[in-house]
Amino acid sequence: MSQIPADLRYTKSHEWLRTLPDGSVEIGITDHAQQSLGDLVFVEVPEAGRRLATGDACAVVESVKAASDVYSPVAGEVTAGNPQLTSQPDLINRDPYGEGWILRLKPSGSGGAAETLDAAAYEAAIAAGG
Amino acid sequence: MPYIPHTPEDVRAMLERIGAGAIDDLFDEIPPALRVDALPGVPDALGEMEVARLTAERAAADGNPLNFIGAGAYEHHIPAPVWALVTRGEIYSAYTPYQAEASQGTLQTMYEYQSMIAGLTAMDVSNASLYDGASALAEACLMAVRAHRRSKSARILMPTTVNPAWRQVTRVITHGQGLVIEELPYCTEEGRTIPEALARHAGSDVTALVIQQPNFFGQLEDVDALTRWARANGALVIAAVNPVALAVLQPPGAWGDGGADIACGDAQPFGVPLSSGGPYVGFMACRMEHVRQMPGRIAGRTVDAEGKRGFTLTLQAREQHIRRAKATSNICTNQGLLMSAATIYLALLGPAGLERVARACLARTRDLVDALGKLPGVRAAFEGPRFHEAVLTLDRPVAPVLEALAREGIVGGFDLSRDYPELGHALLACATETRTRADIETYARALGRELSRAAAA
Repeated sequence: MSQIPADLRYTKSHEWLRTLPDGSVEIGITDHAQQSLGDLVFVEVPEAGRRLATGDACAVVESVKAASDVYSPVAGEVTAGNPQLTSQPDLINRDPYGEGWILRLKPSGSGGAAETLDAAAYEAAIAAGG
Repeated sequence: MPYIPHTPEDVRAMLERIGAGAIDDLFDEIPPALRVDALPGVPDALGEMEVARLTAERAAADGNPLNFIGAGAYEHHIPAPVWALVTRGEIYSAYTPYQAEASQGTLQTMYEYQSMIAGLTAMDVSNASLYDGASALAEACLMAVRAHRRSKSARILMPTTVNPAWRQVTRVITHGQGLVIEELPYCTEEGRTIPEALARHAGSDVTALVIQQPNFFGQLEDVDALTRWARANGALVIAAVNPVALAVLQPPGAWGDGGADIACGDAQPFGVPLSSGGPYVGFMACRMEHVRQMPGRIAGRTVDAEGKRGFTLTLQAREQHIRRAKATSNICTNQGLLMSAATIYLALLGPAGLERVARACLARTRDLVDALGKLPGVRAAFEGPRFHEAVLTLDRPVAPVLEALAREGIVGGFDLSRDYPELGHALLACATETRTRADIETYARALGRELSRAAAA
């Protein structure tokens, strides 16, 4: 059974979002996603300053069996990619909602946001095989 | 691992299991408008007997000429064990089995091949081979654009001294992917890229500089100066190298200060026959920091559940069967059969043997240039160090001379006038270790006769 913290928002493509005190958004992949991928061996994070539209592929998480895109659920400008992941991709396996964050971005306000789910709705989506 | 085709019963059982009525049902999702029922222009299938006869006739048309043409593909001696081993049932397939438990021999061959290529190029890591040298260069350009994230221009500086066929393949493959291939002029006196040709690109956003060593003319480029220029200007360095030459030349990993970023080339000289132009086998190696952007796959050594040594694919997550359109390459995964030939060739020769081959090539080319250069109306176009081919300038058009030589069973070289008209009547000739002094004398006598006959006419 995977962890789904109640205070985060989620996407059907298994990203999580956390709104930080300064209004920026932190993005990572869920516990369910990291379990499905298996041991991560490489993470490609975006560079600060990159502008993302909603739904853009913004990072790549690579396990021994697959390399998968991470999609940005909101539009905005990247303020940071997690520098730790270059040398320790397994932070995502160990702490997907904490030290395993992938990027932070400043939402642009325009461009809209993808449909996000609360914890209960995400849990239901996983249960439905999503 | 045996390669046994499915029987009709196997196919029926598999279709039944997945609930499909026929093989065609598996392609249902392709719209009918996109399907091709017949292939116009493709002749009917032939049986083994007809194919054997056809290929024998085509091979006979080539004859068995005395060969002095290189220009990217090289005739080297192939020790008999190479193809005796490669044609064994266990490896006589271009197909790479995915299940490690059923393909330890193939995977170990890939691992040994990678170790040899990494050693020869002095790079950190090699992939398990690519389609051929020309596409390897195109792949290297695409890889450089992916790897160099600070560069936004996707500009590749390509010296005109790079093999013209490789340049053309690179343009075709990278066209439509946003790459800008800019050709660099060369010094027509020296036959090599001059660092000054780069000056006007200084300070601009250049993604990568290609350096071919030896270059298409057989001349040695000043790889250290070119590599340093690229470093100073924030560009990656793509080395395109003849792997035989690496036995005597500085490897790409040691060029300039810090070496090239990517090394690629054609491993055809390692045990692969000329075969009228292919198939050949490309190689690619790179610095560890770029490995995730390298196309293809890597076999690695590991231990199994019982702690015994074993081999497995350790990097393949970005291949096309997994990443589809986002794969690092949609051209090739690896060239298994010819990679095996190259590995066995290198294993048989060893470092000392390969160096003897390279030195013999150097000596034969020196003999060739000396012998031909003595003839009236023939001179070596360029001074300076070269490997196993040289540009010779004739006092008349090259094509008719080559035709006359061909009638005497001599392939005299590659006519440069189409690709390099500025060089005049220029001929690129090559002598590897397979050409004896007597061969070279035969060529020189025939060329001398032809030139004096034509002069008298």
